Amino acid sequence: MKKLTSRIDKERLLLGIAAPLLAVVAALVVTALVILATGKNPGAAFSDMTTYGFASDSQVYILNKATTYYLAGVAVAIGFRMNLFNIGVDGQYRLAAFMAAVLGGALTVPGWIAIPLIILCAMATGALWAAIAGVLKVTRGVSEVIATIMLNSIATAIIGYLLQPDRLGELQQGGTLVSTKPLPSSSHFFNIDTGPAGVLDGFIIVAVVVGLAYWFVLGRTRFGFDLRTVGQSESAASASGVSVKKMIATSMIISGAVAGLIGMPTLLNESHQYDNSFPAGIGFTGIAIALLGRNNPIGIALGALLWGFLERTTNHLEFEGYDKEILGVIQGVIVLCVVIAYEVVRRYGLKRQQQKVGAELAAQAAAPTNKQEVA
Amino acid sequence: MRRVAKLSAACIATAALAVTATACGSTSSDNNESSSSSGGGKGVKIGLAFDVGGRGDRSFNDSAARGADKAKKEFGGEIKELTAKTSDTEADREQRLSDLAEAGYNPVVGVGYAYAASMTKVAAKYPKTSFGIVDSVVDGKNVDSITFTEEQGSYLAGVAAALKSKSKHVGFIGGVDVPLIKKFEAGYVQGVKDTNPKIKVDTQYLSHGSDTSGFASPDKGKEAAQGMLDNGADVIYTAAGSSGNGAIEAVAGKKGAWAIGVDSDQYNIPGLSKYKSAILTSMVKNVDVGVYDFVKSVHDGKPLTGTNSYSLAKDGVSLATSGGFIDDVQAKLDAAKKKITDGSIKVKTTP
Repeated sequence: MKKLTSRIDKERLLLGIAAPLLAVVAALVVTALVILATGKNPGAAFSDMTTYGFASDSQVYILNKATTYYLAGVAVAIGFRMNLFNIGVDGQYRLAAFMAAVLGGALTVPGWIAIPLIILCAMATGALWAAIAGVLKVTRGVSEVIATIMLNSIATAIIGYLLQPDRLGELQQGGTLVSTKPLPSSSHFFNIDTGPAGVLDGFIIVAVVVGLAYWFVLGRTRFGFDLRTVGQSESAASASGVSVKKMIATSMIISGAVAGLIGMPTLLNESHQYDNSFPAGIGFTGIAIALLGRNNPIGIALGALLWGFLERTTNHLEFEGYDKEILGVIQGVIVLCVVIAYEVVRRYGLKRQQQKVGAELAAQAAAPTNKQEVA
Repeated sequence: MRRVAKLSAACIATAALAVTATACGSTSSDNNESSSSSGGGKGVKIGLAFDVGGRGDRSFNDSAARGADKAKKEFGGEIKELTAKTSDTEADREQRLSDLAEAGYNPVVGVGYAYAASMTKVAAKYPKTSFGIVDSVVDGKNVDSITFTEEQGSYLAGVAAALKSKSKHVGFIGGVDVPLIKKFEAGYVQGVKDTNPKIKVDTQYLSHGSDTSGFASPDKGKEAAQGMLDNGADVIYTAAGSSGNGAIEAVAGKKGAWAIGVDSDQYNIPGLSKYKSAILTSMVKNVDVGVYDFVKSVHDGKPLTGTNSYSLAKDGVSLATSGGFIDDVQAKLDAAKKKITDGSIKVKTTP
């Protein structure tokens, strides 16, 4: 029996690796065809991507980007585990970063008080913004997809309204950029200087902690168990005494709180202010990354790194004379391939399992005297 | 099973890190041996980092491209162009400027205010390269800040709109509600009101805050312009990068309505020739002059630095006369221009 489970595990392991591998290979093939169609040599493009992408300054860039993307992926994944589609991560993190930037600019307390306050403010704002959609779903049955999409636009409008010179913003020199009041230097998060390769955001440590917490809470606590149960079957969960409504509201709030962290590496490590050039759209990137990583804490990390790698290297491809749209093509194809590959592999695995069970049952039927139990 | 999946993932992660570690130590610039040895030789190597929309937006970016093209024609050399995406972060803009400087392009021009923060950093890293930024001010010994008095040119556009409007109702469409575009709005509205205080001005922005899609969405421009036309406006001024193409298209579809173009003389843009009979004039912002002057100064060995403001007095901004549609009001426009240049009219920069 033990031997049997270990064999199945080995197979599952192979299948588990096969799916993302299949997706990435398929994406590479499609990309190569696209590059060929534009009359360029895909081999040279891929080799440029590898040499450029693995240079040390590129690695720092990729890690910095991945920090942000990882937080986005986790925020989305929390909803996914619960069968909730939190499209509103985008609005949640932007509003959170904006509010945190306003608070941070106004605070005059020492950094060790200010930084936690800024982070808490961001998490609270994100949580509150997500809670609106959660409460609407629980009390009125409004689809969280619709509610969060609309809340994204509302967040944009609120920021647009408040980020004006006579409100919460101030005009930068040159008169072309409005920003919030910059954070005092004591409120900057620590950076890791890697010499010529650049500066690594210290927030990467927070991202790792969030990943650990995500793994622990979902996989090792009663709450996480309840959450996953509701995600798999609401009726089964409520039959076993879990309050589904409470779980929906709570997970939406947690998802929003993590979303609030997405803007923090940018705010605390890089820009130190919120202005019109603050990155937008990362919430949607998070959806792709959560899909790619299958909601697994390590999978999401790999997805985030891959995304950073692709952005870094395709930026350079444009420099080398390839079309800049290649990035969009690769990313789109990967996401599509991942979804398809997981499904294909899942069905294949299911079929294999059924065959195996069938074979064992047949063997059992053929030897009725042997009353050994089968796993 | 899940434990095994996790284990395998951990293995992959470790392997990836190992690959990573082996490459540590060498930066991308070390890998690039052939670079930065360009130096004098023949002509200039111009690095152009465009804003969203890029070359072909028939407006702002194209104007900068024209300046670089002219310089290339005169001095020889080459142009390398990179274009911004709407999803850009600070790191992407930094990478774009560094890539250009690293490869020996000198000068490097950042087209658009979005490059301000990244240029501050990159210019300090490459002190021997001359940088130019359009529409913003960057401190640095090797940076030329090329700014324009858009409000003055827009004032004249407002005067022309007020004189040409029959319905006494005009419109302004801005790409994104950033301070730069508000300068256009402020000047335009003031120009209209100074000419005829009874005229109604509709104002609309296509996108807000950090969403820069309003500069590159002709569909949004078209929709906004259509809305204003339906409301009774008959002269529409659009300052919205390539979104303006859509607005011009919508205006051309209505008899008697006029569009005012921006940045480039849009009457003469081949891609818009279908609609040119509806283009009253364009508020030309001579980004090409600014870029050309800067490239020339680098070529001559005396790079411009500090803030160089291209005002109405210096013909940095002007109203295009192509098509001859504003010939009948030219005298009044000249009078207004004179008042601005001699200081008797102060044009506001915020609405």
